[in-house]
Amino acid sequence: MSFLPSLESPQTIDVSLGPQHPSTHGVFRMNVTLDGETVTRLQPVFGYLHRNHEKIAEGNSWLAAMPYTDRLDYICPLTNNWAYALAVEKLAGIEVAERAEFIRVITAELTRLQNHVAFLGFVLGDMGAWGTALMYAFREREKILDLFESLTGARMMCNYMRFGGCRCDLPPGWLDTTRKLVDGFPKFLDEMEALLTGNEILLARLQGVAPMTADRAINGGMSGPVLRAAGVDYDIRKVDNYGIYNRFKFRVPRGTVGDCYDRFMIRVLEARESVGILKQAIAVIPEGPVVNPKAKQRGFRPPAGEAYGRIEGPKGELGFYLIADGSDKPYRFRIRPPSLINLTLLEELCVGTKIADVMVILGSIDIVLGEVDR
Amino acid sequence: MIFPGSGILKGLAVTARNFAGSYVEKDRLTTEQYPEERPKLPEAARSFPFLVYDGDNPETGMRCVSCKICEKECPPQCIYIIQDRDEAGKAIKRPKVFDIDISVCMSCQICVEVCPFESIRMDQDYELSSFDRFGSLILDKPKLLKSNSYYHSIHPTEAAETDGRIEADRLKKEAAAAAKAAKAAAPSVVSASSSSSQQEGKP
Repeated sequence: MSFLPSLESPQTIDVSLGPQHPSTHGVFRMNVTLDGETVTRLQPVFGYLHRNHEKIAEGNSWLAAMPYTDRLDYICPLTNNWAYALAVEKLAGIEVAERAEFIRVITAELTRLQNHVAFLGFVLGDMGAWGTALMYAFREREKILDLFESLTGARMMCNYMRFGGCRCDLPPGWLDTTRKLVDGFPKFLDEMEALLTGNEILLARLQGVAPMTADRAINGGMSGPVLRAAGVDYDIRKVDNYGIYNRFKFRVPRGTVGDCYDRFMIRVLEARESVGILKQAIAVIPEGPVVNPKAKQRGFRPPAGEAYGRIEGPKGELGFYLIADGSDKPYRFRIRPPSLINLTLLEELCVGTKIADVMVILGSIDIVLGEVDR
Repeated sequence: MIFPGSGILKGLAVTARNFAGSYVEKDRLTTEQYPEERPKLPEAARSFPFLVYDGDNPETGMRCVSCKICEKECPPQCIYIIQDRDEAGKAIKRPKVFDIDISVCMSCQICVEVCPFESIRMDQDYELSSFDRFGSLILDKPKLLKSNSYYHSIHPTEAAETDGRIEADRLKKEAAAAAKAAKAAAPSVVSASSSSSQQEGKP
């Protein structure tokens, strides 16, 4: 295009994407520098949803920090609950009741299912297919949220796990409803795949966009589906065997090139594995108490010390680093949110791509701003 | 993929199936026409706390003894209690002021869990919007107090369990009081019989 002298030294323009934009998954802002349509620089701005979570937890009792964890990644409250409960149990050496372990696995895998299903809908929304896929996804997600509501009392702000177990037992008939839902879920995933994975437009928008090598993913501290999409076999359910995950048979799906399509498909595959875990767990869940009677909830004072409890959340490694000084409050309450750390490579992934792909790349990382800003 | 565009057609077939199915299958038509059609809430569903009273009179039947445990444990600190006092200034086991600011409350149910007197429970009322930001979102004692029969109507299982516990407590207390009274009335006879049951192992 040398015949257009003004384009020889193209001017760049700065565009502020967000914070209030439906594709930013919350209130997230990206200051993008564009050369034509190509991104040359991307500066993430976050903190709009900052609410002092860690400091609030340090000023409250150990139990009172539990409902706040629901609000971290508000799509998946139950895994957040579990990560915090796990850290406290590690800190104070509390045994978890056998039945509660099963309930935790069941609720966590249901959480993973609904998170991944919602992800499929959201990522389609980011590509401009706003509506159809998201509505189908939310229709299924709503069924799981109904299960959460009948179990914990709330659809999203569950506040269900307690130190040494869970707050209440499963209501009558809950397991049967869950079994029915889980048995019907592969059918929905098939339908979703028929709708999406062969679609030429979707393939054109996802394949080869923003690939991430395994080395880069490891060096960038990625975790969860983003890391596995890059081809790294690392699942904390397998590595740590926390809870009772060593009793279940499941595979860890992996991607090959780590592009947006791998990050998209890995969620579908993981959802299928979750269905498998759920079937196994529902089949063998034992009777018994749901909370360790020796564990104290109110006025709980763990011995001085520190512990890091982590779980494989639907979005990646969710960890709680707690320091206790023997009082009824945490001395330090630190959260390692998967969304924030998976977001650190965003600029690297986006530079050189077209502006329209930025939304898809951000969507394929799967962030929730409640967790990024805390 | 057989020919270019077949993936899109396959997707459109799914959409068509969902569209047509929404007329016949309950699974595919999940919309509830809200104000006309109300969702049936599960028993565990919760919105905001309320105070339970027994009998017909909210003031005398109030279970709350103003121990302030919920106020202390509430994570966002939305409960405010002042204990009642009689003319002489002596504290009465009853709250004078019991306010819950539901614009702050996060419906976590921790107050319910920590209440030792089965007094505070979760409501299921979700139509609480108001034009006024401060007045109507601060629930005071008259608004909070709801009868035990209302509690039974929203959480039947939980309320029955609670009533069972209260009844058991009452029977235990009555038995203890009766034993004490009997002991006071006829020390020689009862102490012999009660000591055999209560103070086993002593000579």
